[in-house]
Amino acid sequence: MSEPILSIRGLTKTYANGPRALDNVDLDIRAGEIFALLGPNGAGKTTLIGAVCGLVRPTGGTITAFGHDLARDWRAARARIGLVPQELATDMFETVWRAVSYSQGLFGKPRNPARIEEILRSLSLWDKKDAQIRALSGGMKRRVLIAKALAHEPELLFLDEPTAGVDVELRKDMWEQIAALKQRGVTIILTTHYIEEAEEMADRVGIIQRGRIRMVDEKRAMMERLGTTEAVIELAAPLAAVPEALAGFGAVLSEGGTRLTYRGGNGQGRGRAEVAQLAQALTRAGIGFTSLDIHDSSLEDIFVGLLGQEQEAA
Amino acid sequence: MHFSPRSALAIYQREMARAFRTAFQSILSPVLTTSLYFVVFGSVIGARMEPVGGVPYGAFIIPGLLMLTLLGETTSNASFGIYMPRFTGTIYELLSAPVGVAETLAGFVGAAATKGLILAAIILGTARLFVDYEIAHPLLAAVYIMLVAASFALFGFILGIWADSFEKLGIIPMLILTPLTFLGGTFYSVRDLPAPWDAIALANPIAFLVSGLRYSFYGVADVPIAVSLWLTLGFLGVCTIIIAVIFRTGWRLRE
Ligand SMILES: Nc1ncnc2c1ncn2[C@@H]1O[C@H](COP(=O)(O)OP(=O)(O)O)[C@@H](O)[C@H]1O
Ligand SMILES: [Mg+2]
Repeated sequence: MSEPILSIRGLTKTYANGPRALDNVDLDIRAGEIFALLGPNGAGKTTLIGAVCGLVRPTGGTITAFGHDLARDWRAARARIGLVPQELATDMFETVWRAVSYSQGLFGKPRNPARIEEILRSLSLWDKKDAQIRALSGGMKRRVLIAKALAHEPELLFLDEPTAGVDVELRKDMWEQIAALKQRGVTIILTTHYIEEAEEMADRVGIIQRGRIRMVDEKRAMMERLGTTEAVIELAAPLAAVPEALAGFGAVLSEGGTRLTYRGGNGQGRGRAEVAQLAQALTRAGIGFTSLDIHDSSLEDIFVGLLGQEQEAA
Repeated sequence: MHFSPRSALAIYQREMARAFRTAFQSILSPVLTTSLYFVVFGSVIGARMEPVGGVPYGAFIIPGLLMLTLLGETTSNASFGIYMPRFTGTIYELLSAPVGVAETLAGFVGAAATKGLILAAIILGTARLFVDYEIAHPLLAAVYIMLVAASFALFGFILGIWADSFEKLGIIPMLILTPLTFLGGTFYSVRDLPAPWDAIALANPIAFLVSGLRYSFYGVADVPIAVSLWLTLGFLGVCTIIIAVIFRTGWRLRE
């Protein structure tokens, strides 16, 4: 694997008379990936982004971006990082065009109207370029923030809850925008508490809770490792015990012997294959069934399961 | 030390645009206040006043009135300029940009100095409608006005970072700046005050500012011009250092 584009070691943040928002966080981000930081409200996602982008002073730990130590070479690093904040903080009376061109200049880039036009067009903001930002809808304001963050052509882009409070259609639209950015080679770190979003978008997922990274992995590997397939088979007639022929599947009986439940697999198809074999074995054994319901566990189940364990442990 | 002129220019242009957006208010308000002062003090009362230090009373009060408006407008303008982004959250962009204290100040303070000059021109133009006057050292006056505007822009900047409510934002200009300017010889020469008030009046730093500007206008002053200049430069220096420390520590800017 090549050098990580962003490397965080032992990052800790305790707010003044507040909670410990980040607790010894280690994280490496690879160039070109979409990384989803998934966690419930208050988990520390915004704080983590703030620490990298210069909005939050870390209590401890080191952050290295593009090989620059952020504590010392923050200028060089920040010039290559873009941030779309969680809150819709915009200069209400500014026009879209001026706001984006300000961002370009602020980050030290030469004036480049062609680039701004390209960004505005790609975000469907072109016909709003002379509108005052306050006249735009929430979804449009979010796009303005994205346009501002892209104005200096960052190589690493943070999107803090890009789809929070955005309706379903706009959310799909946002996902497309993010995928297009990845196509252009931008590394993206997004935070979300919509599991669906992480599942849809991310190459890798990090689960954060109470300031700690609980797990970081390839989305696929995570689902392979922790994902399961569940099959619920309603039997035509009750069984007293699981027949010998089905012993290898680890299925269990319930509901007075009328329901057979299988749980297993790796979230990547092995479970489904085993369920098919189980169904054939049932038929071969002459056991009738009236319905078969299969459910693959999603990232959501993994997430809820993980947080549940944590809750019990706490 | 690194300095990005483009970043500074972006901040400067934005600050200027902000002023032009409210141009009507920023022009009308000083024109109106100055006119009122001239009608009352310049024409009505001034007609019965003796010249001060050889300068007709109506003309004598011009530098003081200019200073009064300049200090108030510059301070509140600069304090709003940094307070509002903190209040609305848009400051995230400045904090996440590859921009240090030097670019930030060059942008904010440069704009404040420019606005100070424009404001001064408007006030002087208005004054001309009421009284006749000559400026003895126009270049010195321009430099001095920019220096004062820059200093008080820095002061306002500190104020805007310190304030955590609109109330606090307004309280310093109203409770400290305006009274001190009034008492600082806007309408009289502090040397004409009876003892011990003349000495007490000179404990007011703004008296030195008014005196300095008056010197550049008419060549008469309560204190030597060098003292006024050094005091202004000293104030500028102290404010710059305070802001540098604020940026270094992130006080009230970074969590
Ligand atoms: N400015 C602040 N001062 C004190 N505590 C804060 C501040 N910002 C966030 N916190 C606390 O830090 C924790 C993490 O917050 P945050 O990073 O915003 O979480 P998330 O973005 O995952 O919802 C929360 O307990 C929150 O209340
Ligand atoms: Mg958050």
